[in-house]
Amino acid sequence: MCVVCGCSDGGAPDAQPSHGRAHDAAHGHTHDLHHGHAHDHGHGHEYGVAHGDLDFGANAARVSVPGLSSARAIKLEVDVLAANDRVARANRAHFRAHGVVAYNLVSSPGSGKTTLLVATIEALRRRDAALPLAVIEGDQQTTHDADRIRATGVPAIQVNTGKGCHLDAPMVAAAFERLPLHGHGPQPAAARSLLFIENVGNLVCPAMWDLGERAKVAILSVTEGEDKPLKYPDMFAAARLMVLTKTDLLPHVDFDVARCIAHAQRVNPGIEVLLLSAKSGQGVDAWLDWLLADAPAAAGDETAALKARIAELEARLAQSEGRP
Amino acid sequence: MHEMSLAGGILRVVEDAASRDCFKRVSRLSLEAGALAGVEVNALRFALEAMAPGTLLEGALIEIDEPAASAWCMRCSRSVSILSRTDPCPACGGWQLTPTGGTELKVRELIVHDDEPEE
Repeated sequence: MCVVCGCSDGGAPDAQPSHGRAHDAAHGHTHDLHHGHAHDHGHGHEYGVAHGDLDFGANAARVSVPGLSSARAIKLEVDVLAANDRVARANRAHFRAHGVVAYNLVSSPGSGKTTLLVATIEALRRRDAALPLAVIEGDQQTTHDADRIRATGVPAIQVNTGKGCHLDAPMVAAAFERLPLHGHGPQPAAARSLLFIENVGNLVCPAMWDLGERAKVAILSVTEGEDKPLKYPDMFAAARLMVLTKTDLLPHVDFDVARCIAHAQRVNPGIEVLLLSAKSGQGVDAWLDWLLADAPAAAGDETAALKARIAELEARLAQSEGRP
Repeated sequence: MHEMSLAGGILRVVEDAASRDCFKRVSRLSLEAGALAGVEVNALRFALEAMAPGTLLEGALIEIDEPAASAWCMRCSRSVSILSRTDPCPACGGWQLTPTGGTELKVRELIVHDDEPEE
């Protein structure tokens, strides 16, 4: 609709012959003045010149008023990621209906995400052989990672993003439908399975895309810089857990664990931290505990987050009411 | 370079608006990229300009407003302004900050025309 005077919205121009008259004649104002900027048409161009003929009724207004073009303002206030977020919410509901808890694993290339996943799968198998598992692997090219996961016997779907630098919610929705976790049909609430989504190796872009996961897990190996949480703050702010991996190498590298944790907490005061080595197995039990902790609470996560937000807003309200 | 995906998302928002409001071209696109939106504004502008030819956005002036973000400081118990996730609280210098605004990338307004783009 026209937000300047609120007259009725478009539809096809043909269907609204009165639009322009309502604007121009009845209201007697020009949109140009409202918008406070000059329009950039040359004379006559907007009238649709063909073979030198003139049609002054060829715009949506179906009328020409000197000094007025058919420009109008449309107020949108639309979140650019809204389309992705809608699919992510649908994924979250879909996962819940199937008893699936999904984790979105994010890191730089080469941090050892796939090695960690393989070790995690083997450890989970030892703990609970009946627990259904599945993996969605995101990479620009190749099926190498999915092949490594399938070698463990766990179903995996490779998503190649081509030139894309991250997975988005529709990609995950399409991949999930191909997994046996989905094929089992809706599960009773008590049932549980784990879905690992290994994002494209990239500490920047995947931070913005919600996939419908229960939590983002940022994986950082001790062979990388301890200041990465400060260099890539959006990712560490979006993650619920930071896993420091390759800790078996700590004696050989200059990596200050305490400093790294302090940096992560600077951008995300609530971030949880685990240390582990997929190679030695140190810390893997605590990681499994974290993954399996109150899994059915996935539904409650949103409620808890909203309650926290309410408490925060109430605090702000109290603060502003306390002012003169 | 996720700005290319975001530019695609913006074009989709504009095309959706065009299917509702029936316009032929956009002469001005106003965006808001909060300080914590995770968007590199120059890269986004470049991506939009690269994508625009042949679309409704061809020739459009792109305005990107970058408002400061707000965060709740747990130590001060009040809302403060920050420009990045690595900023400390401007009042107490602490890091106990929870962003409360400035994380969105939004299409705010379009100036649209019902005529075809000029040559």
